[in-house]
Amino acid sequence: MTLKLELKEVYKSFGALKVCRGISMTVDKGQMICLIGASGSGKSTLLRCINLLEEVDGGQILLDGQDITDPSLDPLPFRRRIGLVFQSFNLFPHMTVMENVMLAPRRVHKPPKAQLIAETTQLFERFGLADRMKYYPDQLSGGQQQRVAIIRALAMKPEIMLFDEVTSALDPELVGEVLDVLRQLKSEGMTMILATHEMGFAREAADKICFLDQGIIVEAGPPQQIFDAPKQDRTREFLSRVL
Amino acid sequence: MSDDTDSDITKPAAEAAGFTIAQRQEREKRLRRRANMIATFSTIAVVLAIIVLVPLAPGWEKVQRSFFNGEVFLKTFPTLVKAFMLDIAIFAWSAPIIAVWALVVALARDARSPALFPLRLFATIYNDVFRGVPVILIVYLIGFGIPGLGLPRPWNSPYIWGSVALVLSYSAYVAEVYRTGIESIHESQRSAAKSLGLSHWDTMRYVILPQAIRRVIPANMNSLISLQKDVALLSFIGPVELLRQAGVFKSLYANFTPYLGASLLFLAVTIPATRLADRMIAKQNRERS
Ligand SMILES: Nc1ncnc2c1ncn2[C@@H]1O[C@H](COP(=O)(O)OP(=O)(O)OP(=O)(O)O)[C@@H](O)[C@H]1O
Ligand SMILES: [Mg+2]
Repeated sequence: MTLKLELKEVYKSFGALKVCRGISMTVDKGQMICLIGASGSGKSTLLRCINLLEEVDGGQILLDGQDITDPSLDPLPFRRRIGLVFQSFNLFPHMTVMENVMLAPRRVHKPPKAQLIAETTQLFERFGLADRMKYYPDQLSGGQQQRVAIIRALAMKPEIMLFDEVTSALDPELVGEVLDVLRQLKSEGMTMILATHEMGFAREAADKICFLDQGIIVEAGPPQQIFDAPKQDRTREFLSRVL
Repeated sequence: MSDDTDSDITKPAAEAAGFTIAQRQEREKRLRRRANMIATFSTIAVVLAIIVLVPLAPGWEKVQRSFFNGEVFLKTFPTLVKAFMLDIAIFAWSAPIIAVWALVVALARDARSPALFPLRLFATIYNDVFRGVPVILIVYLIGFGIPGLGLPRPWNSPYIWGSVALVLSYSAYVAEVYRTGIESIHESQRSAAKSLGLSHWDTMRYVILPQAIRRVIPANMNSLISLQKDVALLSFIGPVELLRQAGVFKSLYANFTPYLGASLLFLAVTIPATRLADRMIAKQNRERS
């Protein structure tokens, strides 16, 4: 197993509110990590820090051994190597979903147009949305929109994908299709970190579970250990509330 | 009536509700017809009262002669129309420049990086100054002041400097409108664009601005309508546009009717434009809810 991403003592505050209080973890290539924890425990903030949407106050985030939080480095190239998918999709409403997907590669990688279209079409086909490419986001179901958001992030050919509660805004009957996409990505070897409330999915698909509480990782380990034999009281208490 | 609020309607209830809906539609139609009738009658009554009562006023004949003089109207109106074309021309070249320049000012005010602070400072001062001084004063200061520097032709033309005054003044307002639009786009759109690795400028250009500009079109329509009227302010610094032409005729015929003609010409443009803007705003409100 090769180490892909490493967090060392990451701190992040908003004013007086300490949201990440020294978070350390490692992510191997091809692993799926699930972050679980109560609302407000800092899952989204941690993912936003990894994507460099938030500046950390302290600690390091190493991508392939390189500290990406180094303020002297341009964050753009790192952000492009790390995809982030949001709970609320955040598609651009004034573009068709195909344009949504093509915008960033077109501006950043600037491939020949024919190649870009071919690659985009391929992505839509791979996730069963080829017949929806010309639609606008508001013409699609929530599940379809979220799958487009995933495709949009994948189009940048990221090395790691971050998912922030990507099924929380969906009607229950649409959750499955998005989880299927996550399984598919995992089987294709994508390195992933998910913040999720889907405990069943986390148990079945994750390689490692990290339980976050008040800005620290209280307990981390394989799903069987966390769900069946938690060592910490706080983990046990949280699981008894959500399971 | 309680059936209407029930969300899960059983079949008999649905039939009952259907019955109520049909009844209600019938009732609403009757009410609407009644409202229309009342509106028509009251309008006719008011118009009749004006036609009958106003001429009874002691000064009416004098007023009629000096404001509603058909003969003067017919004699002056064609020339007024021609003068109005100048207003339209000034409007037509000022409006696009305002649209672009205001956007530049709005973006400058939004500049975030510390290196661009002077730009932001400039834009802020610009906005404060040009929104704080009446348009007519700007027109005077620039329209008289700059040609007064003794510039060679055509750079001493009041058309140019009058238009510049309008552009500077109106851009300050329109820039604020743009800024409201930019701020109304949810932060999550910016996050999404950033997370994809788009640069600050690309995010603005491809994600924020297209949505923001679309959202403020109705508000900007209203700015355009007042610009169309304010073009008349240039009459104070020289160009013989509609207002000045009407003034010339007023002195010539010692009669105010040309002003009435001028007003009618302005209305011919502004009323349709206002209706269009109102309709666009209503449509947008409907879409958002
Ligand atoms: N930009 C911000 N400014 C100020 N406070 C913030 C900001 N973003 C998050 N917070 C606060 O940080 C804390 C952690 O928020 P975060 O969104 O990371 O939690 P979460 O674990 O993702 O919760 P949830 O399960 O509800 O999504 C919360 O108290 C939140 O109010
Ligand atoms: Mg969250």
